[in-house]
Amino acid sequence: MTTAGLVAAILIGLGTVALRGSVVVLAEKMGEVPPRVTQVLRMIPAASLAALVTPALFRPAGAFDLLSPELLAGVLALLVAWWTKNLFLTIVVGLVAVALLGLVL
Amino acid sequence: MSAPEDTPAPTASLADGVRAIVPLLIGVVPFGLVAGLTAVQTGQGWLGAVVFSVVVYAGAAQLAALDLLGGGTSVLVVVLTALVINSRYVLYSASLAPSLSEVPRTRRLLGSYLLTDQGYAVSLVRFRSPVDAPGRWRFYLGASTVMWATWQVSTVLGALVGGAVPSDVPLSFAVPLAFLALLVPVVTDTPTALAAVVSGVVVVVAYPLGTGAFPLAAVCGIAAGAALALLPRRTA
Repeated sequence: MTTAGLVAAILIGLGTVALRGSVVVLAEKMGEVPPRVTQVLRMIPAASLAALVTPALFRPAGAFDLLSPELLAGVLALLVAWWTKNLFLTIVVGLVAVALLGLVL
Repeated sequence: MSAPEDTPAPTASLADGVRAIVPLLIGVVPFGLVAGLTAVQTGQGWLGAVVFSVVVYAGAAQLAALDLLGGGTSVLVVVLTALVINSRYVLYSASLAPSLSEVPRTRRLLGSYLLTDQGYAVSLVRFRSPVDAPGRWRFYLGASTVMWATWQVSTVLGALVGGAVPSDVPLSFAVPLAFLALLVPVVTDTPTALAAVVSGVVVVVAYPLGTGAFPLAAVCGIAAGAALALLPRRTA
């Protein structure tokens, strides 16, 4: 394990316990979260996960590319994820597709 | 005959929590395998896989952090990215707080560390019907402990497998694919779809900015989705 990895793991771990315990630990002191705050928090998973996906699909090697094996395999994986809601199947189909398309494109 | 007010609420056991979460573990195992495998492939080794799983204990954040560390991103940006992903736990924490407010504080701290998407989901469903306060804690602890053990075992297995796979097999593409599979179920309505699209477009356009692109994109996406969700409804 690298030093940067260890430092990152410890800082993320401490920060994450703080986020997880933010309200549960202070339960008797805090009321309900305001609905407006809830609406903002609700957007976080969608926005952060999307930002982790699209660069690997549209810029697989750094440059913008609309005909890469990664993008086509990603679209296929998206359809599989949509229909099956199955994480494992999505990964397997996506990996097989990117390998096969890599031979063709 | 309906139960009068002073009838004690039914209780729940550790085993009830375990039974409730087991079906969800089918999805956890492959994710844990990918997280362990990614730790090895990004140069953190099996020890890194174990440390990340025990200390961070959050799949999406672990994957993102390992991926960025492997690309040489600064620790500060890695930490911020992981914490943005994990900020959803504030929502779960707030949602569970009323149900666990009678539990002693030290136990609540342990419960906080163990909080996951899956443990939250099954507890939320169970707590909709009446359960006494000790039963709620036992149910939550049972579900969360099995979840924790499953995650640790699957990441170790993934790390062991990852060491055996030749590095020229493009398994790193499993990381964005895992995020894609996690993304689909959280896009539940127009505002969350807008948040995803805006964030996904901004990060691709802002890519030349380097590691600053992720937080910028996440903030733009969250702002766009929240703005749409909070817009006053005009019904025709």
